[in-house]
Amino acid sequence: MNAPVPTSEIVVEPASARVDLQIIADLVEPKTRVLDIGCGDGALLSLLQARKGIDGRGVEISQGGVNECVARGLSVIQGDADRDLVYYPDGAFDYAILSQTIQATENPKLVLSELLRIGRRAVVSFPNFGHWSVRAYLLMHGRMPVTKSLSYSWYDTPNIHFCTIRDFVALVDEIGATVEQAVALDAAGQRVGMRLPWGFWNLFGAQAVFVLRR
Amino acid sequence: MTMNPARRAINAEGAPDQIAEFGPDEPLKLDAGYDLSPLRIAYNTYGTLNAEKSNAVLVCHALTGDHFAASPSPVTGKPGWWSSLIGPGLPIDTNRFFVICSNVVGGCMGTTGPASVDPRTGEPYGVTLPVITIRDMVRAQAMLVDRLGIDTLFAVVGGSMGGMQVLQWAVSYPERVFAALPIATGARHSSQNIAFHEVGRQAVMADPDWAGGRYLALGKRPAKGLAVARMAAHVTYLSEAALTRKFGRTLQDRDKLGFGFDADFQIESYLRYQGTTFVDRFDANSYLYMTRAMDYFDIAADYGGSLAEAFRDTTTRFCLVSFTSDWLFPTEENRAVVHALNAAAASVSFVEIETDRGHDAFLLDEPHFYAAVDGFLSSAARARGLQP
Repeated sequence: MNAPVPTSEIVVEPASARVDLQIIADLVEPKTRVLDIGCGDGALLSLLQARKGIDGRGVEISQGGVNECVARGLSVIQGDADRDLVYYPDGAFDYAILSQTIQATENPKLVLSELLRIGRRAVVSFPNFGHWSVRAYLLMHGRMPVTKSLSYSWYDTPNIHFCTIRDFVALVDEIGATVEQAVALDAAGQRVGMRLPWGFWNLFGAQAVFVLRR
Repeated sequence: MTMNPARRAINAEGAPDQIAEFGPDEPLKLDAGYDLSPLRIAYNTYGTLNAEKSNAVLVCHALTGDHFAASPSPVTGKPGWWSSLIGPGLPIDTNRFFVICSNVVGGCMGTTGPASVDPRTGEPYGVTLPVITIRDMVRAQAMLVDRLGIDTLFAVVGGSMGGMQVLQWAVSYPERVFAALPIATGARHSSQNIAFHEVGRQAVMADPDWAGGRYLALGKRPAKGLAVARMAAHVTYLSEAALTRKFGRTLQDRDKLGFGFDADFQIESYLRYQGTTFVDRFDANSYLYMTRAMDYFDIAADYGGSLAEAFRDTTTRFCLVSFTSDWLFPTEENRAVVHALNAAAASVSFVEIETDRGHDAFLLDEPHFYAAVDGFLSSAARARGLQP
C-alpha cells in the first residue's frame, strides 16, 4: 500500500498557528463594530477586544467553540456562514471578518457578497492552495495535498472550496469589490514582499489576508 | 383568600415565602381590559441586594413551576426546581446576585389566580377571572420589582414559559433589563403547541368534576381530567430517544402482556404516576389559564409582524439556549429570536446544547448549559461593574 505521507515537507499554514489573527488585529481600526464569522473559540474577538476595544460579535458552527466563546463572555451565536448572514442588516458592522473559513463554506461567492453587504469592509484570510509546497506535493505524490494544519483527506475535509490567491483575486473582481489591502504570509509567517507581483505571492504565500470594500 | 388546597394547608403552618399585596389603588391592568385588584404576589428571594440595587436577577418559572426555584417546595418537599443552577457558587450565584422568583399571576401557589376569591362575589374566581397573558405576568412582576425598590434588573432568566416572560421583559421594559437569558423558548406559541394545550384543556373541562370551573365552590376537583392533561403534556417535554432509553417497551411488574388495559408498559405506569402526583400540587383552572397565556403569546404580532421591530434599539445583552432534542420549542423557534436580534443589531449569544432529554433538559443538570449560563452572566456582571 501507499507509504505514509510525510507531512513535514509541506506547510500550507505557518507553523506559528494563526499568525493571520495578529495581521487582522493590526488591520482593524480601534473602537469599531466587528462581526467575526467562523470565530472558533473566540481568539480573534478576544484579541480585538483587548487590543482595539472593538464591539465584537461572532458566528461559530461548532457547539464546543460557541460554548467556549460564551463562557469567555463573548457575544457569539451558533450558526453558519452559508445560512445565517442573511439576517444581518446592511452595513451593520465596520468589519465582517472571515478568517480561515471561506474554504469551508458551501457558497464562497455568496458568503463574500454577504460580508460586503453587512460590513463596510470585509477581511478575509485563507490558506493559499497555490503555494509551491502544495503544487510540489501534487506533482510529486499525485495525491491531494494533506498538511499538518489542514490534516484532512479529500474525502473527509470540511475545506470543500480551496482556492489560490489568484483565484480569490478573480472572485473579488467578479463581484465588483475593491482590494484595499492585501498581505501574503510565507510558511514561516513572514510577510511576502509587498511590491512583488500576484504570481509571486501565489507561489510563496502560504496564506493571505485581504481587506475588501464594496 | 383561597388557593390550591394543598398550598393552603402549608400556609396555616407558617409561610415559607414572602407576599406582596397590592390594594385597590394599585390594580394590575390586564390585557383583557380589566383591573385586577386586590393583587397578591407570592415570591422568594435568595442572596442579598447590594447597596446600588444593581445585582437583582429575576427568575421566571415555567407553566407548572412556582416561586420555589431554589428552596424546597412546601407542597412536595422536593428541592427547588432550579436548585442546581441557583445557589452559592452556582451559575446563578447567590453570593453575587440577589435572585427574585415570583409565582405568576394566574398561578396557584400564592399569587392571585383563578382559585383566589373574587371580592365581588366572595367565591373563587374560577373561570370568571379574565384571561391572563404573558405580558400581564410580566407587568405584575414589574410591580413587585418596583415594590422592592429595584429600577434595573441585572438579568432576567427563565425557560419555556419563563423564557417567554424573559423576552416580554426585554420588549416591554428594555431599559430595565441589562441582560436577558431566555432558554428553550420562542417568541410565539406554535400551532402544534396550541394543539397540545387544547388537548389538555379539553381533558380538564371534560371531567364532570370541573363543573364549569366552579369545582372549588362545590368542594370538588377535576383530578382525572387534570391528570390526563398532565400525561399528554408530559410526553411533549421528553423525546423519543429519552423515552426509548428510559423505558423502551419494558413491561411493568409483569413478564408478559396482560391482554387488558392496565398499565402493561413501564411508560404507561410512569405517565399515570406523573398525572396523579401533578393533581396534588396544581389547580386545574390555573392550568387552563397558564396554557392560554402561552397560546396567546406572539411578540411579533404586537409589532406589525416584525420580531426585529420589537427589539429595535435594544441595549439589553441576550443569550439564548436551545436543546437539540426539544421538539416543543425546537432550536428553530429559538433561532428565529436570534435572527430577529441580529437584524436589530443587538448583542446576542446563542448556544444549542446537544442532549436527548427533550424540552425538560432546561430543568436538568446539563454541564454545557450551565457553563453557558455561567459565562454569560459573569461577562455581563463585568460589564455591569458588579464585584466578583
